[in-house]
Amino acid sequence: MEFALSEEQRLFADSLRDLLTDRVTIDALRRHADSGNGFDPALWDELTQLGLPGLLVPERFGGAGLGVLDAAVAAEALGAAAAYVPFAGSIVMATLAFIHGATEAQQDEFLPRIAAGEIRFGVGISHDGTTATAAIDSGVPTHLLMYLPDGTAAVLPADTATIQTHRSIDRTRPVADIRFDPANATILNAANAPLAAMHRVLDTGRIVLAADTFGAAQHMFDAALAFVKQRTQFNRIIGSFQAVKHQFADMVTVLEPCRAMVWYAGYAQDALPDEARLTALQTKAHLGDIGRDIARMTTEAHGGMGFTDLLGLHYWFKRISYNRQMLGSPEQCREEAARLQGWA
Amino acid sequence: MDLSLSDKHRALQDEVRAFVRTHGHKSPKLGGGRKRPDQKTRDWQKLLVDHGYVGRTIPRDYGGFGLEPDVLEAAVVASEFAAAGIYAGMTNQGISMLVPTLLEVGTPEQKKQWVEKTIRGEVIWCQGYSEPGSGSDLASLSTKGVLEDDHFLVNGQKIWTSSAHYADWMFLLCRTEPEASKHDGISYLLLSMQTPGIEVRPLRTMTGRAEFNEVFFTDVRVPANQIVLGRGKGWYVANVTLKHERSMIGNAEKMTTRLEQLITLLKERNLLGTTEYRDRLLKLQGEVLAWKAHNLRLLTEAAQGIDSGVKRMIIKYGGTMLGFRLASLAIDTLGTDGLPFESAGEDAEDDDATTWNIDYLYDVGLMIGGGSNNIQKNIISERGLDMPREPKVARA
Repeated sequence: MEFALSEEQRLFADSLRDLLTDRVTIDALRRHADSGNGFDPALWDELTQLGLPGLLVPERFGGAGLGVLDAAVAAEALGAAAAYVPFAGSIVMATLAFIHGATEAQQDEFLPRIAAGEIRFGVGISHDGTTATAAIDSGVPTHLLMYLPDGTAAVLPADTATIQTHRSIDRTRPVADIRFDPANATILNAANAPLAAMHRVLDTGRIVLAADTFGAAQHMFDAALAFVKQRTQFNRIIGSFQAVKHQFADMVTVLEPCRAMVWYAGYAQDALPDEARLTALQTKAHLGDIGRDIARMTTEAHGGMGFTDLLGLHYWFKRISYNRQMLGSPEQCREEAARLQGWA
Repeated sequence: MDLSLSDKHRALQDEVRAFVRTHGHKSPKLGGGRKRPDQKTRDWQKLLVDHGYVGRTIPRDYGGFGLEPDVLEAAVVASEFAAAGIYAGMTNQGISMLVPTLLEVGTPEQKKQWVEKTIRGEVIWCQGYSEPGSGSDLASLSTKGVLEDDHFLVNGQKIWTSSAHYADWMFLLCRTEPEASKHDGISYLLLSMQTPGIEVRPLRTMTGRAEFNEVFFTDVRVPANQIVLGRGKGWYVANVTLKHERSMIGNAEKMTTRLEQLITLLKERNLLGTTEYRDRLLKLQGEVLAWKAHNLRLLTEAAQGIDSGVKRMIIKYGGTMLGFRLASLAIDTLGTDGLPFESAGEDAEDDDATTWNIDYLYDVGLMIGGGSNNIQKNIISERGLDMPREPKVARA
């Protein structure tokens, strides 16, 4: 038994972090927030060279063939950097939709292009079969992955649909309302149980967003801790005040177990089918709540500067807020967990 | 990442399961600890020692099973016993604290004399640490031990002494070097509770039970050779034990068991359909899942010899708070039905409502004992997060 990241996973996370630290500077983040659309072609190209789009694509289709835990590790790094990269929907959910729901021919047509970084998916859930609101990764997608009411997945070129993009509270990641004609779509119809396949894709998206929130929250925590160790008031380092110290003790006590929880949920998706759904839903819900608490307390710890645009901490605050609502808020995820266990 | 067991650990799992099938019926009931272990409990303890489920890594010369330390083995054994609902052996302070301490810093004679008897439950120890004026600031303790010829003359008072009312021996911290600094003036002595001059008074707590005692020392003579390591080394000796902190193991299992009991309770009382109760349960389920995963991570690090640092330091604070929140929901689920509270006494089993009430009350004690939560938060922030220590206030 070994509950830890492998050497390869750590090295991959390190190289991703290094790249993101270098490219997603606070100035670049600010520029993208002011004028970007959720997609930076130059950054995407570099991440493609690192193999990010093909992370979950099976090796025979040109990918790395890795698992959900690896996706969670990558998402943590993206969240820590507040990187404007379409990942949860465009890379992870779309890849898994093809793996779990597509015919061999459909896989052959799309998966190599996902791995090569050539196509990107906005992902939405349609309750009426022709529209979807708040689709994820829908800034400038090349394709759309729309889940239909019966759980089957419809894939269509983005230019065949009407995409109304809204800037979101997280200025680096828009959301979109989509109107599409299923007649234009390729239906992924190889899944024996389309609803189960859809749940698997959605749950994985939830884990990836939870991991992203964890990375963002840990970044905010580290920044706040560094700040209170150097800021002086009343002739004292403010981090020496017990009220401040105890707040940080409270934060680390709830935040640190979240890392293991995200790992567990990622591992369970691929290795523990009986626990996979419950842990995914609970992890998304738990990280939504803990993420909000950490975002608030770490902003508070920075004092007035924390509230300013100048410091830029709010990008992470808003990223956590976006992740909380996307693909199921804590309330919705817990309600689904209740139904899953026959409690509701 | 791989949660499957290795062949070695799977073999151990099979072995423990076979043991449970063969011997499980001899297990005493879970719980207890407030009275001296009875014959059944002592017989069970010996069976566990003989099979290597207690004292597994203690050298054979000292009555143990002589295996190399393997945290995962300990976890496999603990989880099989928990799953079968049978007693995993005595967890008194002699076994959990004195034995590892003696093995590390005791003389060969002390090890020979005490280790085997202690792990077999033949000698029961109590821990003489806290004093009325020295709780969180333990090193300020003032019970005196004055060396006179071949013995220390001990005078003073201890408090919060679990099991002192039936213990055979005590390991005691007292001040033998009054001229030395706070931490360097303490010695660690072993003494028989039969020594003249010791008075034990039970201390009833808010649970209605006497889980602790006050112990008074009046001219108690302790032979000078019953010191561990030497004069003024007591603080060091007491801290040796901390390295053997094992509280992380079993902690997540306790939370999981409690959560399962809570789910059963809510089902029985038809409250899963009431969103206010169900939501609290679902939130707690999420917290327990996070806690379980965190414990798996700690277990892996312990097995690899990694010092988990702040990850370990949060266990006591986070665990006691989570335990209390679980018990609190049980109390709220019981509602007015949980108000009648009548403990059946030391020898009988309490009804469910009283058991939950006792857990609920006792958890408050857990938040205070063994380093209160405010002290835990100081430790987490200062040692775990490297935040500046409190400025010292000048002594009056």
